[in-house]
Amino acid sequence: MQGPAERQQDFAMALLDAARATPPGVVGPDGLPSPRRFAVYRNNVVAGLIETLKENYPAVHRIVGDEFFRAMAGQFATTHPPQSPIMLAYGADFPEFIDGFEPVATLPYLADVARIERAWIEAYHAADAEPLSAADLLAIDQDRLAQVRLALHPSLRVTQSRFPALTIWRMNIAGGEPAAVDLEAGGEDTLIIRPGAEVRVHQIPMGAAALVTCLGGGKPVVAAAMAALEVTIHFDLGATLAGLIEAGAFIGWSFEQDTGGEPS
Amino acid sequence: MNIPQCAGVGLKPQHYREILETVPDIGFFEVHAENYMGAGGPPHRYLGAIRELYPLSLHGVGLSIGAARPLDRDHLRRLKDLIARYEPGLFSEHLAWSSHGEAFLNDLLPVPYTNETLRRIASHIDEVQETLGRQMLLENPSTYIAFAESTYGEPDFIAEVQGRTGCGLLLDVSNVHVASTNQQWDPFAYIDAYPLGAVQEIHLAGFTPETDEKHRPLLIDTHNRPVDPLVWQLYAYVIGKLGPTPTLIEWDADLPSWGELHAEAMRAEAHMRSHPTPQEVRLAGTG
Repeated sequence: MQGPAERQQDFAMALLDAARATPPGVVGPDGLPSPRRFAVYRNNVVAGLIETLKENYPAVHRIVGDEFFRAMAGQFATTHPPQSPIMLAYGADFPEFIDGFEPVATLPYLADVARIERAWIEAYHAADAEPLSAADLLAIDQDRLAQVRLALHPSLRVTQSRFPALTIWRMNIAGGEPAAVDLEAGGEDTLIIRPGAEVRVHQIPMGAAALVTCLGGGKPVVAAAMAALEVTIHFDLGATLAGLIEAGAFIGWSFEQDTGGEPS
Repeated sequence: MNIPQCAGVGLKPQHYREILETVPDIGFFEVHAENYMGAGGPPHRYLGAIRELYPLSLHGVGLSIGAARPLDRDHLRRLKDLIARYEPGLFSEHLAWSSHGEAFLNDLLPVPYTNETLRRIASHIDEVQETLGRQMLLENPSTYIAFAESTYGEPDFIAEVQGRTGCGLLLDVSNVHVASTNQQWDPFAYIDAYPLGAVQEIHLAGFTPETDEKHRPLLIDTHNRPVDPLVWQLYAYVIGKLGPTPTLIEWDADLPSWGELHAEAMRAEAHMRSHPTPQEVRLAGTG
């Protein structure tokens, strides 16, 4: 006779793998095994996870269609069950999974569309914070501007794509109109942020993603700008910072040598 | 704020705005705790605004009290934080498990009713009540299978858990009907054997009828339609014994309009205001 931990392990494994037999001792009202009844739990678990993915990846769902999406999400769900009881966090690995999912190799932009959708969900549930205005940032000593470190909004996410992933995403969310897209038209980098009540999605210029990543890593503006210039010599620091400020990307600033440079 | 002896509904994001705009007459709202465990964002903003207007009950779906492994302390701490933030009138969880090893299975899975599971579940409930510093309500499950090794009937098992831990009970009347149909029990005998004195809340929901491989009825607890007439009848029987009790309409899939959901709650309200005696309900059921 197995202990309770082994019994639950068996039960759990059989839920996620339809090829496994119904666990012993699981019976219908006549005391005999009932695979059909056990299958209700199996369906509940897998269908529930597919539904969660469908809600969180609406453009991916629309692009591949319901039947295909369910098959793909079902395969993801049984091989990547949630690690936490907080389902808001479920599906973070779905874009990576799509990247390696052979049947969608003909849609090379699909994983990048999924990355935008994942970032959107994360921004939606991220901590709230009041962005700094341009006026707030004017208080920074202009002579030391290059050395300032900018704290990013907790909801801010950046995604990058070799394809027009943002254009494709916009065409495939509610209200979007799918149309022909030139996949060779160049990549699109995207900023996803929720400065207030609503999640906002902006296209950002080349190099901006590198700038934001460096700033997020605690680097001063000058070092972040160098990283952006390595991406493209056409990088325009002033215009990019202005765009980020307008999007609500920053919530605080400090100087390298200081410990207390936060605005009051 | 305590939960009044009235009907309430499960709060859905699709209804946030209409509720705040129209401030409908309803006893309370209930939310799934795990849906409000994000750091911030619109869910908290709306729940905070609605909480200022209505009593709230908090219903956990992820604690896995029936698991063979120890409780997830991080999850308990998150529950404690949520309770401190929204001060719900009631907090409930399920007689079920959903986590094993690293995986969370996102369903309410059944436990065998044995002395061993009884001891473990009672000790988990003790830990929950000590950590949260308050009483929790335990909800009876909807089940599709039984375990050959069970040595207790479900109401007796729940009565034992309740007696050992001093927890309150959330009586899901739909689950009683679903489990009784699936297990071929008499639902009225179930209620008669159930420790009704500890019940502080009732749940009602719709189910989907199917059949198993031997053509026996198999009801699936889908929460996607109105409450069944047979469940209303069993509810009237319970209310006849208990008197008015906070009653929640759970509708989690294929959501109706706010108006239809509210009407379903008002139906429970009407039952509570004109509850017949248990004898009358039985006569109506057999006549």
